[in-house]
Order: sequence, then C-alpha cells, then structure tokens
Amino acid sequence: MAAQGATATRSGLRSALPLLAPAYLWLTVAIFLPLSAMVFFSFMTELSLSGKPWAFTLGNYAAFFSQSLYLTLLLASLRLGLEVTLWCIVIGYPAAYVLAKVLKGRSREAIFLLVILPFWSNGLVRIFSWAMVLREGGILDTALNAVLPFKINIDLMYSYPAVIIGLVHSYVPYMVLTCYLTLQAIDDSLIEAGRSLGATRLQVLKRIIIPLSMPGLVAGAALIFVPVVGSFMEPRILGGRTGTFYGTVIEDQFVAVFNWPLGAALSFILLAVVLVILAVASPVLRRAA
Amino acid sequence: MATTRILEGLGRLYIWLLLAFLYLPIIIMALMSFNVSPFYQLPFEWTTEWYAALWQNDQLIAATWNSIEIAVITTLICTVLGSAASLALYRYDFRGKKFLQALLFPPIAIPWLITGTAMLIFFFGVGIGRGLFAILLGHVALALPYVIVVVSARLQTFAPELEEAARSLGANQWQVTSRVTLPWIMPGVIAGGLFAFAVSFDQFVVSYFLSTPGQTTLPVEIYAAIRKGFTPEINAVSTIIIVVSMALMLLTARFFKFGGEK
Repeated sequence: MAAQGATATRSGLRSALPLLAPAYLWLTVAIFLPLSAMVFFSFMTELSLSGKPWAFTLGNYAAFFSQSLYLTLLLASLRLGLEVTLWCIVIGYPAAYVLAKVLKGRSREAIFLLVILPFWSNGLVRIFSWAMVLREGGILDTALNAVLPFKINIDLMYSYPAVIIGLVHSYVPYMVLTCYLTLQAIDDSLIEAGRSLGATRLQVLKRIIIPLSMPGLVAGAALIFVPVVGSFMEPRILGGRTGTFYGTVIEDQFVAVFNWPLGAALSFILLAVVLVILAVASPVLRRAA
Repeated sequence: MATTRILEGLGRLYIWLLLAFLYLPIIIMALMSFNVSPFYQLPFEWTTEWYAALWQNDQLIAATWNSIEIAVITTLICTVLGSAASLALYRYDFRGKKFLQALLFPPIAIPWLITGTAMLIFFFGVGIGRGLFAILLGHVALALPYVIVVVSARLQTFAPELEEAARSLGANQWQVTSRVTLPWIMPGVIAGGLFAFAVSFDQFVVSYFLSTPGQTTLPVEIYAAIRKGFTPEINAVSTIIIVVSMALMLLTARFFKFGGEK
C-alpha cells in the first residue's frame, strides 16, 4: 500500500485529470454554477432574460424579513422537520436495535432489505398511496368502523397529521439504516459486561447503547430533517389547504406567481439554514467516520 | 432469562408492525387499481379495466417513454463518467483530492427543491431552457455522486498488487485497466448503474421544475393527474412504477451484496 502511494503521488493530478474532468465538469455545469446563479438572481429586480431592464436590489431579502408570512412559514417548515425527525427516531431506533441485536443470519438480511426497499421506490407514488388509506370512506375508516361497536368518522386526509404520517413513512427507513449501521458495530461483550456488573437493562441502554450509537442517530436526523424542511410535494398532496409550508411557497414563485428573483432569495435562505444545520451536525458525524 | 425471550418476541413483533406500516398503503393502492369502483368503494370487485385504460392514455405513454429514455441515457453516462472519476480518485494522489471528494456531497445533501429551482434559473439564463435535455443534464448530475460513491466502495476491496503484477508481466496501462481492474469493479459499476437508473426514473422534484407541457416525465405527469383528482388509472400506473423500481433495487442489492462478498 505504501509503495502504491509513492508511485501514485508522482503521477499526480496530470494523470488523474482526463479521468476526473468529464464528471466534475458535468457537476459544475448542472449543480455548482446553478447554485451560484441562484445567489446572483436573488439580488435582481427582474429576470435579465425577459428583456426588461433590471437592477441589483436587496428587495427580495427585504421581502422575507418585512413580511412575517415567510418567516412564519419557514418556522412552520422547521417545526414540521423537527416533528417528523422525532417520530422517525421513536419508530426507527427500536426497529434498528431489533435488527442489529435480536435478529440473526438470513432473517436479518431479508428483513433489513424489506425495510430499505420502499425508500428506493418512487416517493411521489408512496405519498399518493396514503390518500387511499386516510380519506373518509378509505381503508382506515372502513376497517375501524368494522371493528369498533360505535360509529366514528376518520377523515385524516388534507390535515397536518396526514402530512406527518406521509413524511414519516417516506423517511423512517433512513433512520433505521443509519442507526442499524452504528448499533451493529457495538460489541456485544460491552453490553454483557455492563449487565454482569449489575447494570439494569435501562442503564445499559442509557450509558452504553445510546451514546455509542449517537453518530447514527445524528446522521439519520440530518438526512431526514434537511429534505423535510424543503418538502413541497408531500404537503400539497396530503395537506390540501392546510399544507402550505415554506417549500410550497418557493414552488409557487417558480410555477404559479413567476417571481423568480423572490423564489431564488427564498431558496437561498433555505439553503443557508440547511448548511448551518449540517455544519452543526458535522462534528458528531466526523467523529463517527 | 424468560424476560429476555419475551423482550425478543416483542422486538420481532415490532419489526413486523413496522413492515406493515411501510407496505400496507402500497398494497392497498395496488389492490385498488384492480377494483371496479372508480371511487375506491368496497366491496372489492376484480377488474383490469384501469390497466387497459392506460394503453389509451397517449399522454401517459409518451411521458413513460421519456422517463425510460432519460433513465437509460443517464445510466450510460453516469457509469462511464462515474467509473472514470472513481478510478482516478483511487489511483492517484494529488492536492485538492479531499476537496473533490467532499464536492460529491452537496448534490446528495442539498434538498432537490433548491437544486431544481437553481437549475431552472441557470438553464434559462444560459439559453438551454427547459425540456428533456435540461432534465437529462440534471438527472446525470444528481446520479453521478451516487455512482462514484458506490464504485469507490468496490474499489476499496481491490488489491493494487494485481495491477502491479499485470504491469510486470508486460501489460500496458489500457490492458491493465480493461483486463484486471474493470472486471474486478464490475459488480460495483453495475450496482452504480442501477442506482443511477433508479435515481433518474424516480426523480420528481428536479424534473418537475425543468419540464414543459409537451416534454415531461412520468412522475411529473402523475403529480399533475393527482392534483386534478384521484383516478384508478393513477393507481394502476403507480403500481407498475413501484413494482418496477422495487425489482430494480432487489437486483441492485444482489449485485452490490454478492459482489462485495466475492
């Protein structure tokens, strides 16, 4: 390995460049330049390509800070992200623990695959599938009324809980995956040692298992929180009129109101918030890696 | 140790409850696509008329072909460019390599809403505009980092002595790469390619901002249909999509897993 390293350094960038250039050029054109352009556009009064005269302005950012609507919606989206993340931890962490420490061999492999599988299938379609379950006269309504002796109406469709359910369903596999990876790495003998020294199950959980699996929890939380704060399709489909969030307002600027500079400013503010959150989470993540 | 056994039993039960939560809505949607009532009324009566109706829906069929075409081209471009970049990152050491590797994470970590709107603004500004070409540009960029990460992971299991041996036996650089290195990383390349296909085929957000009425992909078309109102036709096409993408992922898991063990 050391000899390989030495020859590698000598050949260096010149040999690597032809292999690297196409991929990184593509990423530059389709990701990094657009992100920079977005920042630029967010300081404009008009789209320069529409032919109208334009000038630099801070107005788009002033709009964010002067109209409480945008700030309120951003806070609503952050709260949505927090709630979904917490539910994913509550539901996903125990599942990851069972997968890592209780199940063995083939059944573990099969169930792990089954948990991860939906998360690689179409997110839009999975959100849509909840419409059939949650609406009045839907499956949940029918099933509960068939079992319960009294008549109740379950119509969760187009409500805040519907948005939460749909998002938790979409993102909980992330949490299971990241927690499973860190839980699996915990040596069983540590747990046994703790138990034989007289610690209760709860103490072992609090003092050994949770601290050691913290990087997985944080990674999962970051992976879930960030996209949920920027979600717009899920609130639109499951939230109906109650589903107005920061993401849906950005969507509107681009597809309905056509105020692109304002949309760019709102997007950039979201990006800044997201980067701050990732930066806060990164020390814990780096410790894990 | 009776408590342990009870707790383990509860744990197993819990996992099955989670699986039920994950799969029930999908199964119900699939069942409803075979139900006669267009308003999802029970009792259930079997029909395939909604699937038959799909064949008459030219708009959906056109969007499906667009989706498949874009996903296939994205897969081809990403596997070639991604494998080349992974090889370079594995073989050579140079200043700024860490930085280049770190650059792979923003496309994965930044919400697609931000990336998608940024692409819309930029592509409009430079004259590429919207449409299928813009969607392809975006999909390749979104899928590339995944391919590089997956192929690089496979390369970690590669023994550099093999390349040395081939070289000392007189093979030139091209022969070493094509006869020794590539066959070894092939499972990673195939898994990366399947990932790329899945990322592109299931991509909604970025396609949504970059599409025009005539030039859309299947998820964008489905979103438009859902917002107009639910129909069993959407269930039928959604069921097809979910079966296709799950089958793809099972295939990927097979290559990635068994590839990694060999």
